[in-house]
Amino acid sequence: MNRKQFLYLTGMGFGGAMLSQVPVLGSPISPEAMLQGGVDVATKKRMADVVLNAARSKGATYTDVRIGRYLNQYVVTRENKVQNVVNTESYGMGIRVIANGCWGFAATDKLDNDSIAKATVQAVAIAKENARLQSEPVHLLPQKGYGEVSWKAPIERNAFEVPIKEKVDLLLSVNDAAMKGGANYVNSIMFLVNEQKYFASSDGSYIDQDVHRIWPVFGVTKIDAKTGKFQTRQSLSSPRGMGYEYLMPRESDKIKTAPTTLYRDRYDMLEDAKLAAVQAEQKLKAKSVEAGKYDLILDPSHLWLTIHESVGHPSELDRVLGYEANFAGTSFLTLDKWESKNFKFGSDKVNIVADKLQKGSLGAVGYDDEGVATKQWDIIKDGVLVNYQSIRDQGHIIGLEESQGCCYADSWSSVQFQRMPNISLQPGKTPLSVQEIIKNTEKGIYIIGDSSFSIDQQRYNFQFSGQLYYEVKNGQIVGMLNDVAYQSNTQEFWNSCTAVADKSDYRLGGSFFDGKGQPQQVSAVSHGSATAKFNGVNVINTARKI
Amino acid sequence: MSILTEEQARALLKKALSYSKAEQCEINLNGGDSSNIRYARNSVSTSGAISRNSLVVSSAFGKKVGTATINEFDDASLEKVVRRSEELAQLAPENPEFMPFLGPQTYDAPSPTYVAATANLTPKQRADMVQQSLQVAKDNKLTAAGFLENSTGYAAMMNSKGLFAYNTTTDVNFSVTLRTEDGKGSGYATKAYNDVSKMDTLAFSKIAAQKASGSATAKALEPGKYTVILEPAAGIVLLEQLYGSLDARSADEGRSFLSKPGGKTRLGEKLVDERVNIYSDPANPELPTSVWNGDGQPQKKVSWIEKGVVKNLSYSRYWAEKKGVKPLPGADGIIMEGGTKTLAELIKGTEKGILVTRLWYIRAVDPQTLLYTGLTRDGTFYIENGQIKFPVKNFRFNESPVIMLNNLEELGKSERTVSGESGSNALIPPMKIRDFTFSSLSDAV
Repeated sequence: MNRKQFLYLTGMGFGGAMLSQVPVLGSPISPEAMLQGGVDVATKKRMADVVLNAARSKGATYTDVRIGRYLNQYVVTRENKVQNVVNTESYGMGIRVIANGCWGFAATDKLDNDSIAKATVQAVAIAKENARLQSEPVHLLPQKGYGEVSWKAPIERNAFEVPIKEKVDLLLSVNDAAMKGGANYVNSIMFLVNEQKYFASSDGSYIDQDVHRIWPVFGVTKIDAKTGKFQTRQSLSSPRGMGYEYLMPRESDKIKTAPTTLYRDRYDMLEDAKLAAVQAEQKLKAKSVEAGKYDLILDPSHLWLTIHESVGHPSELDRVLGYEANFAGTSFLTLDKWESKNFKFGSDKVNIVADKLQKGSLGAVGYDDEGVATKQWDIIKDGVLVNYQSIRDQGHIIGLEESQGCCYADSWSSVQFQRMPNISLQPGKTPLSVQEIIKNTEKGIYIIGDSSFSIDQQRYNFQFSGQLYYEVKNGQIVGMLNDVAYQSNTQEFWNSCTAVADKSDYRLGGSFFDGKGQPQQVSAVSHGSATAKFNGVNVINTARKI
Repeated sequence: MSILTEEQARALLKKALSYSKAEQCEINLNGGDSSNIRYARNSVSTSGAISRNSLVVSSAFGKKVGTATINEFDDASLEKVVRRSEELAQLAPENPEFMPFLGPQTYDAPSPTYVAATANLTPKQRADMVQQSLQVAKDNKLTAAGFLENSTGYAAMMNSKGLFAYNTTTDVNFSVTLRTEDGKGSGYATKAYNDVSKMDTLAFSKIAAQKASGSATAKALEPGKYTVILEPAAGIVLLEQLYGSLDARSADEGRSFLSKPGGKTRLGEKLVDERVNIYSDPANPELPTSVWNGDGQPQKKVSWIEKGVVKNLSYSRYWAEKKGVKPLPGADGIIMEGGTKTLAELIKGTEKGILVTRLWYIRAVDPQTLLYTGLTRDGTFYIENGQIKFPVKNFRFNESPVIMLNNLEELGKSERTVSGESGSNALIPPMKIRDFTFSSLSDAV
């Protein structure tokens, strides 16, 4: 499920009543069940050993087993109404094996010994049946066993322990603030995730992990009754790998020098809703953009998505190799470009790092879903492509001796495969403020917040829109624009990067719902950056009449 | 657990319902099995099987509702889940939009949504089907990436007001992308059916192979407005944005492309070309769908756009009551009437135009005008004097399906297709459209 589908299902477009029928989200459960720890580690180890032994006896040469308990909570409101409070749980086991050199996978939500053994046999049988279609056996990078280890997200306040009433009160206050500010409609949602994951493999690892994520989001609509025109302003929050502390605002986390308040590691949802109502009204009166070339100044609340689509996805090794050719696509970052060691992906201001360790990020875990300890590495160094993202059965192709730990499945019932780590643009190395960037811009557009996004299947041509567009003329913001989208070619765009603000402006954006794979899976990932400037980008006017 | 029969489902639901002490109680039961093979680089990449079942109990006291679920079906578990839903209902805030559960409904005879051969597909049969596709790749020196999945499921519901509904479904879904070894050509085909006997992976792979080989020497054309022929797999991803948005509430509230100033809507108005007729019909043999929807309402044949006029909008039960009209569930399985010409005949009758195999990464740009952007992919060809002349580089488009259906030139014969974006199925024709807006070029193959 992608972000668009999430917004649809959770009532940003329509009612939230269908939430419980989305399989990936799990089934509804009671609030108290969310606070129970689930099955203890010793029991999970015992179940895992049943699988490992059964698979070995059936001829598997490698086996891993994931026992997952996935908890979600949604609080969905509109105006002064609570539309839905849904707690969901999904619990079960996924078994992956290599037999006769081929992968096999089976999943079950029945965790008695008979059902586990039956699923194991099924996984091995599938592998053996498909082995005749295999052109070469699976080559798995070696991985040492870690024994019994654990990892917990470093949260300060478990959002699942916060009473529902506190969450409802906050969202209804947000809605009230937007309505009092002149909005005609407002929807708000709090979406919480807790992944309790247990991984064991025939390498000798037994890994227990506890992952937490939070995403508060709203959408404000303002309608001009005379013309029938309407405008929306979505929240400027970013989903985070944090607890409820993300919603406990601190002044030190606010940036108030921009035309709207921007947020670092804490989010003031109430303040943002008040501003959103005012800005939705302003958008109705904003000037329609004149198409042409502009210097773009992109805030991290917007730039994260450009990084995600134009850097994160094309540097996935599975795309480069063609594993996603039928769905998500391939990549223009072909192996020859990496081998040349001089492929100029971007200007020398562009340094992009992959990082599965970043605190508070969505992609941070201790170990990936095939038992690899996570790490950090360079993807683009001083503008040059230096590396990809890969997993255990593909890393040998680029000469790796160990996996980069990028394997993830969105559920116990999904097979794990390559997903991007946090991919972030590093801040500028010398002091530079956003005000200085604006001051040095003659004809530009300052874009805040994300909106429409689309990119081709090899990640060359893209088009993006935002939430707020401010026209910059001769070093100053002179007003608000509307109907803006920019189009570019990835390599041209990153080579047009002329400035990146310093680390004082660095912030994380991200997505809960990065879609990939068949059957399609989602993953949560963060992208950090400071505000950056791109010269001479093509801006189109998106206004139409029907 | 295997698929429950209607009588097994009825007995289980009846037992669970017997534990209820709420003013109203409704129980949904569903489950299913699915299996798949995914392949790439002419080899299997992943393959798996999954089985799930779930019982969801909703209890209501006034407008306070609680929901709980369980996947264990012994007596103690059934009673536990009912009690839990009742406890939650007592704790929940009132939902002013809660509508009482429906009483007994009369449904039309079940549509043929279940085909045993699809449900019972074995790992060997799946591997054989994929092998045929891989053979096409090898025979044509192409690289294949594809996906084959079959699934079967059942859904049943019963409530304290006497409503009972039951349905079973099957689905088999196949898509393949074949690429030339030098990476300069790519072709695509996709199909989905209830009945696996209709799924010819060999024939569909041959179509994809032809497109791949034929697209390897693409030329760049200037972006601009072109006459296009959208094959059904391309057209569906834009049409579904239109028929998925025929919602009364958002139109009434002024935040839809169907809204007009002063709280009015375009219901009853001519929106698109008068040759456009869009409807849904659970009984259609090519696209059978359930005769009841998730909350137990009957699903019948509904005309959504008739001769270009917006004939119906969907109304939730709450919004229908508020507006004093009959509720109408959203469309489940869309059928767009076509003409009699084949795709080849449409091409033959085109002086200058572009044939589009597939559209990709469709995203909303402006909800006011239903403007969407996205790109062509995996087989884009220039047509001149009724013949495909040469492959062309892919384009980005910025277009509204409303504008598109007002620029309709001709419709071909409707066929079943599946959306590469949402996975939904529809029966739609290939469409010839004038002045389709391509805004930039893409280097992607």
